[in-house]
Amino acid sequence: MTTDHGGDVRLTGISKTYGSFTAVQPLDLTVPEGSFFALLGASGCGKTTTLRMIAGLEEPSSGTVMLGDQDVTALPPYKRPVNTVFQSYALFPHLDIFENVAFGLRRRGVKSVKKQVGEMLDLVQLGEQARKKPHQLSGGQQQRVAVARALINHPKVLLLDEPLGALDLKLRRQMQLELKRIQTEVGITFIHVTHDQEEAMTMADTVAVMNAGRVEQLGAPADLYENPASTFVANFLGTSNFIEAEVAGRSGDDLTLKAGGGKLVLPVSRCTASAATGEKVLVGIRPEKISLTHADDAGTIPDGRNRITGRVADSSFIGVSTQYVIESPLCDAFEVYAQNIERDSRLAPGAEVVLHWNPAHTFGLDAAQDIEAGAAKVEEDAAA
Amino acid sequence: MTTTVTEEPAAPPVAKTARPPRKRGRLVPYWLLLPGLLWLVVFFALPMVYQASTSIQTGSLEDGFKVTWHFATYWQALADYWPQFLRSVLYAGAATILCLALGYPLAYLIAFRAGRWRNLVLILVIAPFFTSFLIRTLAWKTILSDGGPVVSALNALHVLDVTSWLGMTDGNRVLATPLAVICGLTYNFLPFMILPLYTSLERIDGRLHEAAGDLYATPATTFRKVTFPLSMPGVVSGTLLTFIPAAGDYVNADLLGSTDTRMVGNVIQTQFLRILDYPTAAALSFILMAAILIMVTVYIRRSGTEDLV
Repeated sequence: MTTDHGGDVRLTGISKTYGSFTAVQPLDLTVPEGSFFALLGASGCGKTTTLRMIAGLEEPSSGTVMLGDQDVTALPPYKRPVNTVFQSYALFPHLDIFENVAFGLRRRGVKSVKKQVGEMLDLVQLGEQARKKPHQLSGGQQQRVAVARALINHPKVLLLDEPLGALDLKLRRQMQLELKRIQTEVGITFIHVTHDQEEAMTMADTVAVMNAGRVEQLGAPADLYENPASTFVANFLGTSNFIEAEVAGRSGDDLTLKAGGGKLVLPVSRCTASAATGEKVLVGIRPEKISLTHADDAGTIPDGRNRITGRVADSSFIGVSTQYVIESPLCDAFEVYAQNIERDSRLAPGAEVVLHWNPAHTFGLDAAQDIEAGAAKVEEDAAA
Repeated sequence: MTTTVTEEPAAPPVAKTARPPRKRGRLVPYWLLLPGLLWLVVFFALPMVYQASTSIQTGSLEDGFKVTWHFATYWQALADYWPQFLRSVLYAGAATILCLALGYPLAYLIAFRAGRWRNLVLILVIAPFFTSFLIRTLAWKTILSDGGPVVSALNALHVLDVTSWLGMTDGNRVLATPLAVICGLTYNFLPFMILPLYTSLERIDGRLHEAAGDLYATPATTFRKVTFPLSMPGVVSGTLLTFIPAAGDYVNADLLGSTDTRMVGNVIQTQFLRILDYPTAAALSFILMAAILIMVTVYIRRSGTEDLV
C-alpha cells in the first residue's frame, strides 16, 4: 500500500456485525488524501456503518482504521481528527449559529474563535445569520451550518452522511456544486455517503459502489458507468439492457457471440466473464448508446455494428430525449434513449425497428448473476 | 360589459362560501371549555375568594366572624410564625436538591441506557403511588426508628456525627429530627422530579451526543454543554413540582418530625382544625402562596431566559 501519502484513510479488514447480522463484510479500502470519495449504495448496504466506523461512532468487529500513519481504531470519536456532517445535521438547538460553529474550537481550547467563525460563516454565506438559532434557518442554511461546524476544525477527513437527503431536488443540485467548490477550496479529504447515484457521480473523484456489506466496484464515475463489473453496478448506476448470449468464437480482439438467431460482437477487453467458447455471457449495453432505425431503412445501417430487431412497445417524449421501450425476442423490454435531434415520426408504438450500436460500447458480464440486481433502486429514484 | 363583470368572480366564490363559519361550529370550543371552567370557578376561584375574605375577618367562634378589613392579621401571622416559614423553605429546598441529585441520574439512565427495561423502570418509579402516601410515610417511621438498622449503620459510618454537627440530627436519633423530615419529603416527591426530567431527557436527539463527541467534547463536556442545557425544561418543571408541594406539606413534619421541626403547613393545619382561628390560618395560607409565587417567578425568570430553547 501507499506509504508516502501521510493523510490517506486506510481501512484494513474492517467489518461490523450486529448479533448474527453482518452490516459490513471484511473490507479493505484506501481513500487518498485530498480526494472526494463517495460511498454509494442502497439503504442497508453498510455505507453509513462504514462511515461511522471511521468517525469512531461505531466500533468495528474486526480490522483497523488508519488515518495517515495513526491507528485510530481504539480512539473514541472526540480524539479523532475527523468531523462529520450528520444526516439531518444534528445542530445544537440551544446554541445559536455562531456557537454551533465555534463548538469544536472551544472544546479544543481555542481562545479567540471570533475571527475563524466569522470567516467560516462567510465561506458558507451565512455571515448575517450568526445570532439566529438553528430552527430559524431553512433546510439549506442548516445544512451549510453543519458543514461549517465540521470544517472549521480543519479535520484530516470530513465525513458526510447523506448530507443532502433532506433537501428538495433543486437545492440538492445547488448544494452538490457548493460542496464540490468548498472541497476544492479547502483541499480536505471528503468521504461522502449517498444513495443517489447522480449525486455521487457529480461530486466524487472516486466512487465505491456498496451492496450487501461489500464494495462491488470502485473507480472513477465515468469508468464505473462505462465498465460496470457486475449487473448490480450496471443497474444501480444508470440503466442497462442485458442480453443472454453464448460465446461462439474469437477473432482478434473481439468475441463473437450467439444470441437468439443473431450474432453480436464484444471486445475481449470489455468482457469480465470467462471468454471460452461455449460459455454463457450477459451482454450489456447502455440505452443512450443504441440507435433506432425503422425496419424499412435497415439497409442504411453501416456494417460492423451490433444489431437486433424489435418492435416499439412504448415511447415517452421527455424534452431533450425520447425514451423507447422495445420488445425483442432477445429481451422483452429494451430501453433506448434517443436524442431529439431528428425525430422519425414512424417510430411510434407498434413500429418494426432495428436497434444497432457500436460494438465498442458493449460490455460482457458473468451470466451467473441476477440481471435485475440493483435495478429496483433506480426505478425508485426515477419515480421520486 | 355586464357579462364580464358577472363572470370574473367565478373563481373566488369557492373560498367565499367556506369563509364565514357557521355560528354553531364557532361556539363548539367554548362549550367544550365550559365543564373545566365551571369546575375551576366552583372549586378554585370561590374557595379563594372565601378564604381571602376569611383572612380579613375578626371575631370569635362564639360571636361569629365578620369582615372588618383587618389586615393586621397578616403582620401578626408573619411575626409569630416566620421561623416556620423559613423552615418550610429550607426543608423544601433541601428536599428539592436531594430529589434532583437522586432523580437526575436515574432519569438519565431510564432515558438513554435502560433499553427494553425502560417501561419497567418507569413503572417502578411510580409504583409507590399504588399505596397510600400516609402508609408509606409511616413506614419511614419504622425504617428510621431508634436503634434500627439504618440508624445503626449511619452511626457506625459516623454519618450521624456530621449531621448532628450540622444540626440535622440529634445525637443517636434520626427520627424526630430535621433530617427525617427532609428524607420523608425527598422520598415522597422524588417521582415528581423524575418524570419531568425523564420526559425532557428522552426528547433529546441521540445524534446530538454523537455530534458533540465528533466535535471533540469528552462525555463529561457533552453532558455539561449539551445534555444538561437541553434538559433544563425538565429540571425547572421537576424542581417546581417538588418544591411547591413540599413547601406546603405538613404530613412529613407531623409524622417524622418533632415540635422543633414544624413547618408552616403544620401551623396552618393547627390553626384551622385545633385552635379554630380561621383568619390567622387563612392569612398564613395567603402569605405562603404569595411567597411561593414570588420565588417561582424569580426562578423561572432566571433559568428561563438564559437556556431554554
